Amino acid sequence: MNLYLDLFLTFAKVGVCTFGGGYAMLPILQREVVENKGWATEEELTDYFAIGQCTPGVIAVNTATFIGYKYKGVIGGILTTLGVVFPSLIIITLIAAFLSNFAHIPAVQHALAGVNACVVALIASSVIKLGKSTVKDGPTVFIYLLILALAAGSSLLGFSGVLKKLASPAVLVVIAGVLGLCARRMLPKKQGGEGK
Amino acid sequence: MILLRLFYEFFKTGLFAVGGGMATIPFLQNIGATTGWFTDADLTTMIAVSESTPGPIGVNMATYVGFTCAGLPGAVVATLGLITPSIIIIIIIAGMLKKFRQSKLVDDVFYGLRPASTALITSAGLSVALSIFILVGGTETHTFSVNWMSLILAALVFIGMRVPKLKKLHPIVFIGVSALIGILFRM
Repeated sequence: MNLYLDLFLTFAKVGVCTFGGGYAMLPILQREVVENKGWATEEELTDYFAIGQCTPGVIAVNTATFIGYKYKGVIGGILTTLGVVFPSLIIITLIAAFLSNFAHIPAVQHALAGVNACVVALIASSVIKLGKSTVKDGPTVFIYLLILALAAGSSLLGFSGVLKKLASPAVLVVIAGVLGLCARRMLPKKQGGEGK
Repeated sequence: MILLRLFYEFFKTGLFAVGGGMATIPFLQNIGATTGWFTDADLTTMIAVSESTPGPIGVNMATYVGFTCAGLPGAVVATLGLITPSIIIIIIIAGMLKKFRQSKLVDDVFYGLRPASTALITSAGLSVALSIFILVGGTETHTFSVNWMSLILAALVFIGMRVPKLKKLHPIVFIGVSALIGILFRM
């Protein structure tokens, strides 16, 4: 089979099998990319996945781009990325079209009301999980509270003008990055921190 | 024009959302709030569908929002917008893999980015929760009432997800059960 087509199709398969976000993808990548195709070694895959997590964007997409690019250059990177999003495009479009046509049916509305309540619990639970690993010392607690106050203030209290512009997620992310950098460079280091 | 705006908004999301699918929610909520293309309640349905279908959650949500705003072309454009920054960033980083992994600068910046990402998701979650739990009466009367059924169901699911034996279950199980409860109790 044509190698480029193979890259696209393999990652389309990975996309279909990834159920629920980036972390669910790792075992599937191990099987398809490392064991079946040999496009990357186990070690490389772990590296790519680690970088996929700490670069902006969707983890699954970042990892797919990385593998494709390392194996077959820019075209490879683009093909694997398109492959991994292709199933989502089809499946979600079908469901969205279905739901928008049947949304007026009472049973569908009742089901969605139940589902929506459940989603709040899902978000709360993932916030707690994330919080445990990301909000852990003085500076990170400070950044968490500051960004939360600005973001929630903007969406719930309805900031306006400059404050509203300032409180957009993209701007807040940049502010937090700068704060993180300042905190690490300017605050006195505790014992046992990593050396250079 | 709407397609161009979609691409721009999702490009921004792809560029600034750090830490996986859930991290895109604050950006999507911001898009809904500033453009009026969809409400917080619509967003909640999109999250549920994205969690319970195959594919990365972030990509699913982009496709869903894009479709809601501008049909199939919207779905394609939003998804492409989301992945374009990834492709550019990864290709740049791939050339200096070792340097990037060991960079003190990157490490320090992410030290600030991670709690911020959590804060943004918290804020979006609060906003979604309000839209689900608080029913606004008339626009003029300013009467509020609490949707107790939703609140209780959410509390039960939340507790359920912390029970050791149920914790391992995929979110789709909780979503499915909640849909059934919604139908049974005519929520």
